[in-house]
Amino acid sequence: MPCKKTALNFVLAALISLILVGCAGGRADDSLYQRLGGEQGVDRLVGELLDEVHADRRIAFLFEGTDRDNLHAVIVEQICAETGGPCTYRGLDMRAAHSGLDIRHDEFDAFVEDLIVAMERVGVPTPAQNRLLAIFAPMREKVVFQ
Amino acid sequence: MTLVSAGPHRTVAALALLAFSGLAQAAGTGQLGTGGVSTFEGSGGGGIVPWATLSGYATREEIDATAFYTRSELDDYRLDVYGASVNLYNRLELSIARQELDLVTLGPALGLPGASLEQDVLGAKVRIAGDVVYSRMPQVSVGVQHKRNRDFLIPRLVGAPDDDGTDVYLSAAKLFLAGLGGDNVFANATLRSTKANETGLLGFGGPGGDSRRLRVEGAVGLFLHRTFVIGAEYRSKSGNLPGLPEDDWFDIFVAWVPNRHVSLTAAYVDFGEIATLASQNGWYLSLELRP
Ligand code: HEM
Repeated sequence: MPCKKTALNFVLAALISLILVGCAGGRADDSLYQRLGGEQGVDRLVGELLDEVHADRRIAFLFEGTDRDNLHAVIVEQICAETGGPCTYRGLDMRAAHSGLDIRHDEFDAFVEDLIVAMERVGVPTPAQNRLLAIFAPMREKVVFQ
Repeated sequence: MTLVSAGPHRTVAALALLAFSGLAQAAGTGQLGTGGVSTFEGSGGGGIVPWATLSGYATREEIDATAFYTRSELDDYRLDVYGASVNLYNRLELSIARQELDLVTLGPALGLPGASLEQDVLGAKVRIAGDVVYSRMPQVSVGVQHKRNRDFLIPRLVGAPDDDGTDVYLSAAKLFLAGLGGDNVFANATLRSTKANETGLLGFGGPGGDSRRLRVEGAVGLFLHRTFVIGAEYRSKSGNLPGLPEDDWFDIFVAWVPNRHVSLTAAYVDFGEIATLASQNGWYLSLELRP
């Protein structure tokens, strides 16, 4: 039946274009940084994130011995650098930053939830939220079980 | 560092959250998302295609359970399915489903009013590599679906030699965060080895003997909103019964996931010819519940 062929072609075309789109995830501009509200926006976002994390019983204990001001500054710098902002990340690499914490997958998930709550709270539009998550999601393997 | 964290660990997987990326409300006010829904064969996936994702929201540290009920109303048939699955540590999924295909038109025509085709499906699926959200490679899983007819009368009459059979499949799935503009997109491809006729409802094999063959299946989804995904699925089919050609299946679905405890999927299905009755189209509704 021709209609079935069309359906198959549609699905195949969709699959292929998805893979192409997915692979073309380069970011040559600072549009995401701007979407996050630039320097001020990222600063507010990280403030909300750390508030959220410290109030989250599932993971707050992991941050107990941490210098919050320093962590705040380093994460701001990292987000700025990763989203095309005018910064260079000078903090620890992800494995070193989390070594000894032995963060589990469910704890990682809790952190991501808190990040999403923080992004909602400061009004980051959903497409920008997704783009930021797309940048940080692949880092999970360097963060967990270190 | 201690592994004991405060509070009950009822975390949903970030898969869940990211899949519906947008809002995850603070714990206690409910969180959104899904790891796919339950197929009519009980395995986690879409409606008609098992995906590489495992049902529910268990992470590596957790167990999750899902119960579902599905009804599909076609021109000349009505399909009812209920079942359940458990996801163990985001590694192993075990599922069970009971299917009943009511022969609304054929039954009376054959002098068997109220006749139906029934089978049970026991499934197991193992995630062998990757993570649908977090790894650069797709999540890859292998699964089996062992199917057994509950009443073999009609399948035997139409020439099926076996009342049970086992499908084996390999699936790969990936969520592309911000994959289309800023929206999240999902894609899955599945390769299935099967000897089933009409997915097993008409028995297994044919007069020509056991004829296992490879079938291709696929699914795509687009997250329109944090609680809504629309998508399409395709499943190639072919049977072994003389005079009973099968058509490929196709569906277009929308899934609504208001929270991690409930999902509701509605679909338009095009199943083509089934047991001599042409162009079987209709709707499909599925409800999932989780503790
Ligand atoms: C992709 C996700 C993550 C990113 C990008 C990230 C980023 C960072 C950065 C930039 C630092 C500071 C490094 C430095 O001091 O130079 C840091 C430290 C830290 N992170 Fe993460 N992090 C992530 C996930 C997590 C998760 C899931 C947890 C816990 C649930 C966590 C807990 C911590 C803690 C406790 C520290 C401070 C360690 C110390 O005091 O030395 N992080 N992280």
